[in-house]
Order: sequence, then structure tokens, then C-alpha cells
Amino acid sequence: MADTASESDQASPEGEETRRDFLILAAGAMGTIAAIGVVWPLIETMNPSADVLALSSTEVDISGIEVGQSITVKWRGKPVFIRRRTQEEIDAARAVPLSDLSDEESDEARVQKAEWLILVGVCTHLGCIPLGNKLGDPRGDFGGWFCPCHGSHYDTSGRIRQGPAPNNLAVPEYEFLDDTLVRIG
Amino acid sequence: MTTPLHRYRIVQWIDYRLPIFSWANEHLVEYPAPRNLNYWWNFGSLAGIMLVVQIVTGIVLAMHYTPHVDYAFNSTEHIMRDVEWGWMMRYLHANGASMFFVVVYIHIFRGLYYGSYKSPREILWWMGVIILFLMMGASFLGYVLPWGQMSFWAATVITNLISAIPWIGETLVQWLWGGFSVDNPTLNRFYSLHYLLPFLLCAVVFLHLWALHHRKSNNPLGIDIKSPKDTIPFSPYYTSKDMVGLGVMLFVLAIFVFYLPNFFGESINYIKADPLVTPPHIVPEWYFLPYYAILRAVPDKLGGVIAMVAAIAILFVLPWLDTSKVRSARFRPIYKQFFWIFLADCLVLGWVGANPPEGSFIWIGQICSIYYFAHFLIIMPLLGKFERTKPLPESIHQAVLDKKGGADASGAPPGTSQGTSAGGTP
Repeated sequence: MADTASESDQASPEGEETRRDFLILAAGAMGTIAAIGVVWPLIETMNPSADVLALSSTEVDISGIEVGQSITVKWRGKPVFIRRRTQEEIDAARAVPLSDLSDEESDEARVQKAEWLILVGVCTHLGCIPLGNKLGDPRGDFGGWFCPCHGSHYDTSGRIRQGPAPNNLAVPEYEFLDDTLVRIG
Repeated sequence: MTTPLHRYRIVQWIDYRLPIFSWANEHLVEYPAPRNLNYWWNFGSLAGIMLVVQIVTGIVLAMHYTPHVDYAFNSTEHIMRDVEWGWMMRYLHANGASMFFVVVYIHIFRGLYYGSYKSPREILWWMGVIILFLMMGASFLGYVLPWGQMSFWAATVITNLISAIPWIGETLVQWLWGGFSVDNPTLNRFYSLHYLLPFLLCAVVFLHLWALHHRKSNNPLGIDIKSPKDTIPFSPYYTSKDMVGLGVMLFVLAIFVFYLPNFFGESINYIKADPLVTPPHIVPEWYFLPYYAILRAVPDKLGGVIAMVAAIAILFVLPWLDTSKVRSARFRPIYKQFFWIFLADCLVLGWVGANPPEGSFIWIGQICSIYYFAHFLIIMPLLGKFERTKPLPESIHQAVLDKKGGADASGAPPGTSQGTSAGGTP
């Protein structure tokens, strides 16, 4: 039996592909695809589930916010900062030359209405909540926010000015439904 | 291989079919260990015992804990207040984690001092490094479960390290969270993984011990076992020696569990997690502090994360970075000094990590981080080339007998007088 097997399946001296090589390759490929097919859903189960995704927008009434005030709302489990900026704060943000910024972005590109600055209140370094939204909080050296964890300073446009954070505070997707209602997400 | 137990017919009957008695005899009783092991060799078995303590207390805690954001904090307090002996199980588990790291760190530094990572023990050493990684993962996951303020923010900061990975970081973090922030899905899976990791740990510990018993223990002289005269049976000699260390360790653990149960904890973790308020001063558990200092020493997010991971991963290549042919620092007068400097460097890094990144802590942390890597990448390779090592003793039993002769009680190498250099001293 061993003889017959070696006769028909022996690799030819010139190194040509044999039927056995083909079978090994084909079976191996099918096995690999099957393994990926099994692992894929296992990995996918860990992604955000449908109910988590369904909660990913929130509507906020902003009529009660005075000029200079900020509020914090929860969106996707994270705080969103909504600040009604004073004219000085807007001017300060717009007076900064882009070359002074490590993550270059103009203030105009970060707001829909100059008065309303809406940001994800999560430090882009390691995810702490920066201080500066409450009265009496330290606002850092640039009048915006200050992250207490590793000392990142953000300006009145939420842009990173000093410290380890690599990026500006993120601007979430949002839409003004009317003058007093904004939908985030 | 027969044991005294083999005179029982039932033992013979079992052993013929499943040789557990022979196996236990081979690895726990007659296993030939170098006759000169000192008390620093206690810490391997102590680490194994701590793993068992953690698993046993953990199983009991899991019976009373609820991994849900609304119940986790309360169920932890329920364990503390209402469950019979719950307070002791939780304090044993929490302080046991610290104890586990203490003995493992001593075990690692013992390996560094006596060159236990060198040929033919490289894979044994790798398994140890993997064990360290798994322990760090398990302790981090476990720290999240009580769902206090520190739990939540530690989870947030540590998982955000992954977001530093270019391109896929953000997607990867959301996959890990199962959402857009650390939330209920995160807590749930962290509980699952926290229960999984001890199984993986046991598997790697098994490989660690397999490699150990295959090539046998290193010893304070760092020379190979050459004849049966160099060894003594593991039991009763080292089982009893390990018992002494176990007594001391349990005494220390008991002091913390019964008198200082929250010494290593943060009081703010007794406040329930609040995703909208970051505590003013976030600090990791003590066993992560040196790595945390290295993370903060690099003024770049991705760079910091890479440096922190590299600080441990560099241990994988240590067997090749250390070019010296002599294992034990007893015969390496210059390495011996650098060893203590390195240990001090790690302790200073820990101290820096515990403090806010301000003022002189910044540059101290940076210098110590640079030195940490220089120790492995510059000092170790060069020492092997330029250090004049002391002559090695001829054999373990010869060294022990010479010492018994009373020539030398200082712990200096007994073989120096003979001038033999069996191990290839340059």
C-alpha cells in the first residue's frame, strides 16, 4: 500500500506540482477561510451593539444659557461641553495665528455659530474630562479648559495649546434644529 | 521511580494507569535542585502560591459580585458589609494582588542578579515575561470591577492608550469598550476577561515550570549542575525552605489585610464611578508607577505608549543584550554595581510616577527613563565585552565544601582561591 501511494503521489524530480500539493493547498486554504469565518463573529460581538448605537444622538435646549456660561450634557456616555462664548473669547480665539497651533484649525471651522462652541469634553491625551466648564474651575493658561490629569491647556476654541494632548478637543456632529434646540450626533 | 506510597496496592493500581504518583515524586520530591539555593529562590514558589490565593479568593468573590454599572459598586459594598467573611476575601484579593507583584518583582530582580535568563533558560525567561504581562492585564481588569471613581478613570486612561495607535486606534478602542466610552459593556467584558486571565496564567506558569524542570534551576553561583553531588532532592530540603518564606510572606500579607487593608488603595475609589467628573489626581496602583513615569516622560502620546510597552518588552531580548558569558553577579564586580543602580533607577521611577508631572519630577523622570533603557541597550552589551569577571568555582559542591571549610563567610565567591575558570571567563 505504501508503495502504491508513493508511486502515484511522489513529487516529480523536476519539482512540478503534484496532485498532493494541490490537495494540501486547497484544504489548507479552505481551513484558513473557515477559521477566519469562525473568529470574525467572535471579534464582532465585542463591537458596540445595536442598542448602544441607537442612543447615539441627543437633543439639548440651549435657551437658558447666558453669555459666558457653559453647560455639560451627556452624549454617548461622554460629556459634551456647550459654551456660549463672550465676544472677547471669540476675538481671542480668532486672533491666534494658525502657526501657533500644534493641531492647526481655525476657530471658524470649529463652530457653526460663533457664539456657540460645542465640544466633546474628553481630553485627547488619555480621555480625562478637562476642567473649565464650571464656575471657579481653572481654565488653563489660554482661558479655555485645563486637563488635571497630565496638564493639557486648551484655548477658547478648545484647541490644544500646551501639554501632552495631540489634538484639539473634538467637535461632535451637531445641528441647530431651531434657535434654542440643538441635536448632537 | 517508586515512592513510599507505592507499597499501597491502590497507589500501584492508579499509577500503572495514570502515573500521577510517579510524576509528583519526580517533580516535587526527588527533583534534583542545586544544593546552594539561597532564600531569594523562595520567590518563585511564593508567586505560585499567591496565584492560588488570588484564584481561590476570586472565585468566592465572583459568587457575590454583579458586573453591571448600576450594581457593581453596591455589590462590592455588599461583599464588604453583608457577606460572611466577605470583607476578608476582598481585602485578601486586593492586597493579595500587591503581594503577588512584590514577590514577582523580587523574583525578576533575583533573575537579573544571578543571570537566570541566560542560555539555556531564555524560553523559561520569556514565559516569565509573558506571565508579567498577563498579571498586569489581570490586575488592571480587576481594579476596574469595583466601579469606583479610580476604577472608572483608570479604565478610561489605560484604554485610551490604545487610541494612540495610528489609523486604527480609535476603532480599536471602541471595539474594546463596546461603545463610545467606558460603560456597561466595558465592565461586563472586563469581568469576563478578568476571570479568563488566571486560566491563561496557569497555562503559561505550567510552561514556565516545564522549561525550569527540563533545564533545572539556576543557582547563586550561576554554574551548571555537573554531577549528582551538586544537587539535593527538592523535598524535604526546598519544600521546607520554601515554607519558611511562605510563613514570612503570609505574616506580611496578614499585616496588610487585617491592619492596613486600604494602604495601597485610593480613598476616592469608595465613591461610585461618575463618567462626567475626573478626579483631580489620577494615579495607578504602585506596581504600575515606574511604567507610568516612563509613559509621562515622553512628551508625545504615541511615543509615550511605545516607550512604556518597550520598557517591559525589552526583557524579551535581554538574554542577547547581555553578552557576558558569566551568569551570576557574584563573579561580575562591575555588573553587580550597575544592578543596584538599575534597581535604584526603577524605584526612583516609581516615586516619580506617584507624583504629579510638575517641576523637577519632569526631568528626573526623563533622566531615569533614559537610564532605564541605557542599562539594557548600552551597559549590558558593553559590560560583557569589557568587564573582567572573577574566576568561577569548579563545581557547586566544591564551592559549598570550600565555604564549609570556613575560609570565607562574607559571601564572596569561594572559588577565587583556586583560580579555576570553568565557565569561559574572558
